[in-house]
Amino acid sequence: MTYQNPAQTGTEGQFEPSERTPVVELQGITKRFPGVLANDDIHLAVEPGEVLCLLGENGAGKSTLMSILSGMQSPDEGAIYVNGEQTVIADPRQALDLGIGMVYQHSTLVPTLSVIENLMLGASEKLILDASEARERLEQLAGMLGAEVDPHARAGDLALGQQQVVEIIKALWKGTTVLILDEPTSMLTPRGIDELAKMIDSLKEHGLAVIFITHKLHEALRMGDGVCVLRQGRVAGRLSADDLRSLDNDQLQERIVSLMFGDESGELAGVAELSAEVRHESGHDPSAAGSGRRQHAETATALRIRGVSLAPVASSHGLHDIDLELYQGEILGVAGVDGNGQRELAEVIAGQRDADTGAIVLHDGATEREVTGLGISSRQRLGLRYLTDERHGEGTVRTMPIGLNLLLKRIGQEPFWKRGAVQNAAIRSYTESVIEAFDVRAPGPDTPIGKLSGGNMQKVLLARELAFEPRVVVYNKPTYGLDVRTTQAVRLRIREQAERGVAALVMSTSLDELLEISDRIAVMSRGRVVGVVENGPGAEERIGEYMVGEVAA
Amino acid sequence: MSDSPDNPSASEPDAGGSGPTQRTATIDRPEGGSAGPSRVRQLLATVTQSLTPMVLAVIAGGILLALMGRDPIEFYGTVVDRAIFSESGRQETIIRMAPLLLIAAGLIVAFRANIWNLGMDGQFLLAVAFTAGVAPMLMPTLPRWLVLTLVLMLGGIIGAAWTVIPALMKAYYGLNEIITTLMMTFIGVNVANVLVKGPFYEEDPGRAFPATPVIEVADRLPRLFDTSIHIGILIGLIGILVVHYLMTRTSIGLRLNILGASPRAAHHAGLGVAKLTLLTFLVSGFLIGLGGSVELLGVQGYMRADWDPALGLLVVPLVFLAKMNGWASIAFVALFAVLANGGELATRDAGLPNDFILFIVALILIFMTVTDYLAVRRGGKGNPWIARFLASVGLRREGRDAE
Repeated sequence: MTYQNPAQTGTEGQFEPSERTPVVELQGITKRFPGVLANDDIHLAVEPGEVLCLLGENGAGKSTLMSILSGMQSPDEGAIYVNGEQTVIADPRQALDLGIGMVYQHSTLVPTLSVIENLMLGASEKLILDASEARERLEQLAGMLGAEVDPHARAGDLALGQQQVVEIIKALWKGTTVLILDEPTSMLTPRGIDELAKMIDSLKEHGLAVIFITHKLHEALRMGDGVCVLRQGRVAGRLSADDLRSLDNDQLQERIVSLMFGDESGELAGVAELSAEVRHESGHDPSAAGSGRRQHAETATALRIRGVSLAPVASSHGLHDIDLELYQGEILGVAGVDGNGQRELAEVIAGQRDADTGAIVLHDGATEREVTGLGISSRQRLGLRYLTDERHGEGTVRTMPIGLNLLLKRIGQEPFWKRGAVQNAAIRSYTESVIEAFDVRAPGPDTPIGKLSGGNMQKVLLARELAFEPRVVVYNKPTYGLDVRTTQAVRLRIREQAERGVAALVMSTSLDELLEISDRIAVMSRGRVVGVVENGPGAEERIGEYMVGEVAA
Repeated sequence: MSDSPDNPSASEPDAGGSGPTQRTATIDRPEGGSAGPSRVRQLLATVTQSLTPMVLAVIAGGILLALMGRDPIEFYGTVVDRAIFSESGRQETIIRMAPLLLIAAGLIVAFRANIWNLGMDGQFLLAVAFTAGVAPMLMPTLPRWLVLTLVLMLGGIIGAAWTVIPALMKAYYGLNEIITTLMMTFIGVNVANVLVKGPFYEEDPGRAFPATPVIEVADRLPRLFDTSIHIGILIGLIGILVVHYLMTRTSIGLRLNILGASPRAAHHAGLGVAKLTLLTFLVSGFLIGLGGSVELLGVQGYMRADWDPALGLLVVPLVFLAKMNGWASIAFVALFAVLANGGELATRDAGLPNDFILFIVALILIFMTVTDYLAVRRGGKGNPWIARFLASVGLRREGRDAE
């Protein structure tokens, strides 16, 4: 298989990096926005066959830098060199022509078109589309990535990992020499991340340069030949390939945390997220991270899911005979690739969807109450709560104030409404107390919730589900899309509730998260619970085996 | 994994509104509790934004009058003279407001819940037909106040009943109610005619057209004081203000507002979306049907075949201009009643067909959308309800909503 690479034809796989000119080099790039210095005198270079990780917190200036490189913005100062020649990148098309391909965080595919149509859409300048030529190119690039892609599949039907493969192929289509991946793992499962890592290795072997943007430490360590840490628009520090080889993981962690967070690193060094990531990377026993895990054997059942099934449809695997038991004070994780029935299960438990068969039974001491036939709000009142993973879509009404969103599931109830009439004073003081207790950063209790950041919105939703005596809480991807600090705050809340005896069912696509907080972990695949694993030594391996189907259910 | 505060789901109205009762309403004023001059400025801006299309329509109508060789000053002078400054004209203006207010109330309930009940004319006319048919049957046997009460309720129930099919189709099958309610109007208008020419028909050699029996003037809705104004205006005012209070201050109103802003959030919160949808349709149809009964019992006294004032679509632009606010709706209904009432005389004086008034209404609609489009393009707020309506029919406004 030959991959036409304008920069260095015919030298695949055999090169000495030190002898090459960088594919892309940035010198002294500065970009100002009103009130913000987004990029401040940034120097960067990436060579063929090298993976450069750009690491930084949200707002560190990673995205601005990459939008400059991809021609969406122009720098106020500084120079860009492509293959050693100084260049001005005026627009995205020019960036493509220069061999700079970008894969964005969010899908740019047209969901109703097939894969091959999507690819031709972006690339062809001819009047008549040459489908057979395009298919050849697709095969060639897919082979290079070591991936298989059905050219006729509808883009919208593809799993997220597959969509990303198509996005990468799209970015490589025109003979790209440097590929920029913007937070490519945010939508992927652990296994998807492994596959992505393999693809990146394969691209390296073919002599491409890759810039990998992330805010996750362990990914940077794992994928990068070199790491460049950005903080507040500046290059806070670099780790060369030699550094990565010579330092051990604890030293690396310390270095990077101090680079990423600067003076605050002391306060953050103990943040479990960071520790867990690095520990995970270094192969330490992840179970050591979670302290105070309880034995559930002696405690009582809180929720029982019996034989719940839901017929599969085109967009969903459905559910197949789900049996789960949840104990008081227990955190039961649900691991699995996104879209394997987690949401369906959560919605069946919450009452948003009716199962075809099976029962949901809520236990309270010796009494048990079947809630299968009850509506959403009755279940909510009984203490069965659901923290949705769709904060924007269904969790909130974004034009309404924080207070009403907090009380969305208690409309009409005392003391916030009296005989149906709204009691603004009561709502206001309640909202203020929640803002205080959950550390919600908001201008005031009347602020429309849509104006809050994702993290603060999540705190409001958490407060809503955890108020008024919760007994069983289903958390669907509770930390999805949140920054490190909020993630930690959310996990602390889940633990704190568990210590009070509240049972938790935590669905997450982050295995690290589940290993950190769960007592047991159930693995879902294609709408089935394929296994339940006690968290502890060796749990991760067993979960992995269940996920890839190596263990019979 | 960015912690971004926004998603692209556009065009949820801010449930904005202005008016005397807005001091504490949490539902209506999501922008926060700023007080003082900025609040006054905001109110002024809202009023200006809402009045501009009406003013522009009046000016454009004036230009057209001038082009046709009429004196616009004289025309509008006649409108104002007749509708406001003459005693009988003033009363007539107020009388005209009664059914319009009830239709407006019915529309506000539905539109706020994002349910575009556009079958007003069918609901209205069927209520008129039943009122006109049933009231004369009951009058001889029951006391007048009881008959009037019963028949008013009947009108409301008929209006509500005519929404049941679109309501069920929307609630359980997700069918677009804009299409179903419009179709039901076609059917409803014709069924009303069938009723007038069939079961409710009364032979009267003195009339050249088929019609229902005439309700004696003494048996119609009681008059207020010594005027010709019937108590329908009170029913209308109470109706729209109760709706306003319900929609802005109560839990049921909040539920409807949530349904309107985000049906998925309503489902997630366990509000019972299907039942809420049904309820919205029924209440909306009831108020509109009540409007029909009031018009018949207060003014017409009987229904003749093929009579269709088509008031419903005239009220739609008014509630949009009022941003679904009850108080503002009263003001716009009053302005429209002045135009319609005074315009009748003014067009006659100018030798123009009465339809000239419809032309001005059309201009209001056009200017409403144009000024809104311009406001949004300039980066302003625009009327959120227009954006919501456009989103419901699958259109998206440029500018802020489309980001």
